[in-house]
Amino acid sequence: MNAGHLFYGSSVFLMVMGVFIALTGKHLIKILLGIDLFDVGLNLLIISFGYVNGGTAPIFSRYPHVFKNVVDPVPQALVLTAIVIGVAEIAMGLAIVMRIKEKFGTCNISKLKELKW
Amino acid sequence: MIRKIVAFIFAFYFGFILYSFIYTHFPFGERPLKGVAAHYVEKGVQEEGATNIVTSIVTLYRGFDTLGEVTVLFLAATGLGLLLAGWKEEEKEKPEPTLIMETTTKYLFPLVLLFGSYIFIHGHLTPGGGFPAGVVIATGYFMMFIAQKEFKPSEYLLSATESFAGTLYVITGLLGLALAFSFLANVAPLGVPNTVFSAGIIPIIYIIIGFKVGSEMTGILQHMKEV
Amino acid sequence: MHSLILFMVLGLSLVLVVATLVIWLSKDLLVAILASAIVSLIASIFFLVLQAPDVAITEAAIGAGLTTGILLYAMKIAGRYEDD
Repeated sequence: MNAGHLFYGSSVFLMVMGVFIALTGKHLIKILLGIDLFDVGLNLLIISFGYVNGGTAPIFSRYPHVFKNVVDPVPQALVLTAIVIGVAEIAMGLAIVMRIKEKFGTCNISKLKELKW
Repeated sequence: MIRKIVAFIFAFYFGFILYSFIYTHFPFGERPLKGVAAHYVEKGVQEEGATNIVTSIVTLYRGFDTLGEVTVLFLAATGLGLLLAGWKEEEKEKPEPTLIMETTTKYLFPLVLLFGSYIFIHGHLTPGGGFPAGVVIATGYFMMFIAQKEFKPSEYLLSATESFAGTLYVITGLLGLALAFSFLANVAPLGVPNTVFSAGIIPIIYIIIGFKVGSEMTGILQHMKEV
Repeated sequence: MHSLILFMVLGLSLVLVVATLVIWLSKDLLVAILASAIVSLIASIFFLVLQAPDVAITEAAIGAGLTTGILLYAMKIAGRYEDD
């Protein structure tokens, strides 16, 4: 059993399903759920890139430390930023969805004729 | 139906290309640390004094990115408030919270706040930091919104906390610019690593971020609740 | 990585696949939102296995806690079922 296939496979599966749900969803909230899935999969992929075999977390509870076999801390810092941005983006999208529901009375994209050009 | 087929082909092709590219170019777990990552791991504790390397990357080495991220969060919260402002109030029958919910949350709420402050105060020693701490505090407020009937934090106080924390963050950065000729430089004394009073300005920045993220997320939840 | 941990990850990724399919197929948005919370929780366990505890605690607090709350508040306005 290969660990790389597991983690890369899970994250790519999440991204593929996120794209698929965002493209085929009928309800606006479901489209946002697809975007959320894509977000989670991408974060998992970036963290998987930084893993080092047999490595430990980049937290040294003893100083002076031995810095052999530590996983890459840079992707972790990047993903920490990306997760918080993701929730802001979802909240903004949901506010727009709520306004659309109030104005047009429906969230089904097949019935929202005004949005088509 | 044709849309589903096209979407399926597109998504499957995207996944196939991505996976084959990743698997040939990035073998799992076999990349040695090099460049900035090796520098951060080897010299991070000496240079900045925080034993959690991720924390020192987020607040100091890449501190400017974090300032931009906090700005994005602020813009999202403001935009949400703008979009949901002036919603016409409808009188709806709200279900009454039970006695168990009310009493439990009343005593649980201070503990949640305490846990959140523990996370952001110990951000440079243990996993965590300002962002999850702020979200934990906002989750405590969310619990109160659900379970208490008359619970309403002052909107003025929330936005005042948020603006004050944001200003303080920029002032901390400018202090580094004035004293060490670099924005967000670590100007405070480093202290002994692995103690609470160490790592210079990292705990200060994380306390500021904790307050800012907590008040912003609570504001978002309150706007969403009031519609 | 220890093979016992790999077996746990294998089982969790099966749960992840099932939860993703539930998000796709369910007509009830409440079920879909709760399944997305499960996906976030499993992703946070994966982050812990990949030695990223900072990201794991953030994902558990945000993905499984706050996002679910915001989505539930929006679902109250936007309607629970997909048809309307």
